[in-house]
Amino acid sequence: MPVLTKDNHEEQDRHGGLGQAQRPVPATVNNSMIGMSSPTRGSGKKPELERNEMREITFVDALTEAHHEEMERDERVIVMGEDVELAYVFGVTKGLAEKFGRDRVRDTPISELGIVGAGVGAAMAGYRPIVEIMFMDFIMLAMDPLINQAAKLRYMLGGQLSVPLVVRTPGGGGVQYGPTHSQCLEAWFMQIPGIKVAAPSDPADAKGLMCAAIRDDNPVLMVEHKMLYKMKGAVPEGEHVTPFGQAAVKREGGDITLIGVGYQVHNCLAAADELAEEGISAEVVDPRTLAPLDTETLAESVRKTNRCIIVEEGHLRSGVGSEISAAVQEEAFDYLDAPIGRVAALDAPIPFEPRLEDFVLPNTANVVDAAKKALGVSV
Amino acid sequence: MATRAKKRRSAKPKRLTKKDLNAMYRNMLRIRRFEEKTDEFFMAGRVKGAVHVSIGQEACSVGVCTALEDEDAILTTHRGHGHSIAKGTRMPEMMAELLGKSTGLCKARGGSMHIADISKGHYGAHSIVGANMPMATGMGLAYQLEGSGRVAVVFFGDGASNQGSFHESMNLCAIWKLPVIFFCENNHYAVSYHVERSTAVKDISVRAQGYDSPGVTVDGMDVVAVYEATAEAVRRAREGGGPSLIEAKTYRFFGHSRGDPQFGPYRTKEEVDEWRKRDPLTIAADMLKLTEAQKKAHLKAVDKELNDAIDFAEGSPEATLESALEDVYA
Repeated sequence: MPVLTKDNHEEQDRHGGLGQAQRPVPATVNNSMIGMSSPTRGSGKKPELERNEMREITFVDALTEAHHEEMERDERVIVMGEDVELAYVFGVTKGLAEKFGRDRVRDTPISELGIVGAGVGAAMAGYRPIVEIMFMDFIMLAMDPLINQAAKLRYMLGGQLSVPLVVRTPGGGGVQYGPTHSQCLEAWFMQIPGIKVAAPSDPADAKGLMCAAIRDDNPVLMVEHKMLYKMKGAVPEGEHVTPFGQAAVKREGGDITLIGVGYQVHNCLAAADELAEEGISAEVVDPRTLAPLDTETLAESVRKTNRCIIVEEGHLRSGVGSEISAAVQEEAFDYLDAPIGRVAALDAPIPFEPRLEDFVLPNTANVVDAAKKALGVSV
Repeated sequence: MATRAKKRRSAKPKRLTKKDLNAMYRNMLRIRRFEEKTDEFFMAGRVKGAVHVSIGQEACSVGVCTALEDEDAILTTHRGHGHSIAKGTRMPEMMAELLGKSTGLCKARGGSMHIADISKGHYGAHSIVGANMPMATGMGLAYQLEGSGRVAVVFFGDGASNQGSFHESMNLCAIWKLPVIFFCENNHYAVSYHVERSTAVKDISVRAQGYDSPGVTVDGMDVVAVYEATAEAVRRAREGGGPSLIEAKTYRFFGHSRGDPQFGPYRTKEEVDEWRKRDPLTIAADMLKLTEAQKKAHLKAVDKELNDAIDFAEGSPEATLESALEDVYA
């Protein structure tokens, strides 16, 4: 785990906790994200971003706001994790301990199995715990309580109880933290019945999905990509809850569908900008939650564009894209004019050195190339 | 939690009367007979899957649960029938679960290794060895936050005391002073692996010292000794003193599971016979100076209850295939 030492933490962003050499968020990404019209087209619901007054806040602040509002609304909501009282690593929990006290917001020892298991137990006893795991890679230490207990207890005990637990964790690379601090493991959890998985790509969805996760009576894994934390975006004032299982069209287009997961939505949006310069109109769809997965909205887009590329930051083999690809072809096979393409991290651990890391992780050019290949345009 | 009535239970352990001890004997007999019937049903192919009976360990179940109130919680293990019965779990629905019926406590999805009866404060048998301890920690945290004075007891074996979950949970409970009681049934074997080979300390209770908490070793065949140690730990937990570790030295008279003979490559008939001389039911009966007639009366009442439970289970409908897909999500 990278440690913020006294010497270096000043020059690092306290709330980001990220190194200096992080990959920049493409400038076009932010612009594309803000004020998008009809972000929930396809879900049959009213566009959320038009309901309330908007303001620009960061992804981290959106998550923080969700915590504050939900903890005020429901005193059963409690927060546990390493260094959460000072919100010392990525800053999501800032201000909570001061406001709600150290009974409800507590630092824990480095004890992932213990604290996630304790979250399961507190949920069994009627609380609604939120457990922060400092890096998604550390979640492997807590797989037993998450997979063998949280996801199964309701079923296994005949519906006698539910486990309203939220585990939040930053995933993803681009910050030179190397193989054990950079993974996107969403695909593992998508496979398990009984747990829900959310992967927001912008501040509005971060807040909306976080609020929905806290209110959900099921265990939820919230995967927050580190590169998104400092990204700003429009978030509605007031209560903002984004239902699970509703994909969002983040950019409309007619020639090809780019399905992006989490931070990779932004590579899709950047790729769409580049493709637009060549006269190609790409639609960008964000599933927002991977379990449940809104296959209908994804397939609907593909039935319109007839081509599909899925972009994720997990590894290619047995990834999120594998599942989405299967689901899309099952629902829209007759509409496909080209094989579904997948862009993902290459099948190697994520290396630390920036050039190597960039090589292994998916980037905008990979998405553009995959889209052109599907369109039969020379790359 | 303000929505729940704050209730401070009496922290003082009750003194056992002869009536109490009679009830404890009765409860141990209920477990013994339930387990004998379970074993019989398993051998006849009527109980499917994995079954781990607790014959020989009844004093642990009953000694602990006698020291608890209905609202207190237990979390148990794959060898959890005894704890379940001692905590008041409904026997008909429990037998129905073993027989895989729709009326089973877990609707035929959990089976022997996952018995739970939340209405009786039984928060589940958890068959991943050691997994229940972090959950008990979280329940203790909830009870502390709501200020209810409830306690959570987690049963585990000598084998589980070598899992990281034991150590992480003891530490969390100690730093937060949570009302959790770690009750280790040291039956000397993790399947075939003897505790002297698996564990660096002679008495598992000394591990409490590493967490600045009280640890005590008791005779797990003596229901009164188990009760007294538990009552003291409960008192401490209710008063905000934090966790305790109780190690009960005990023995399973049967094999690990029904695939495992009573004695075989890893233990001798002589060893089993030696422990059987300290049968917890015999010890309790001697304490009570029960006559043969009194024992028969107990047995008759217990068998009536057990037969009623079997009738209920056998008369219950099979679980529907559709039910296999229910309750996956709330």
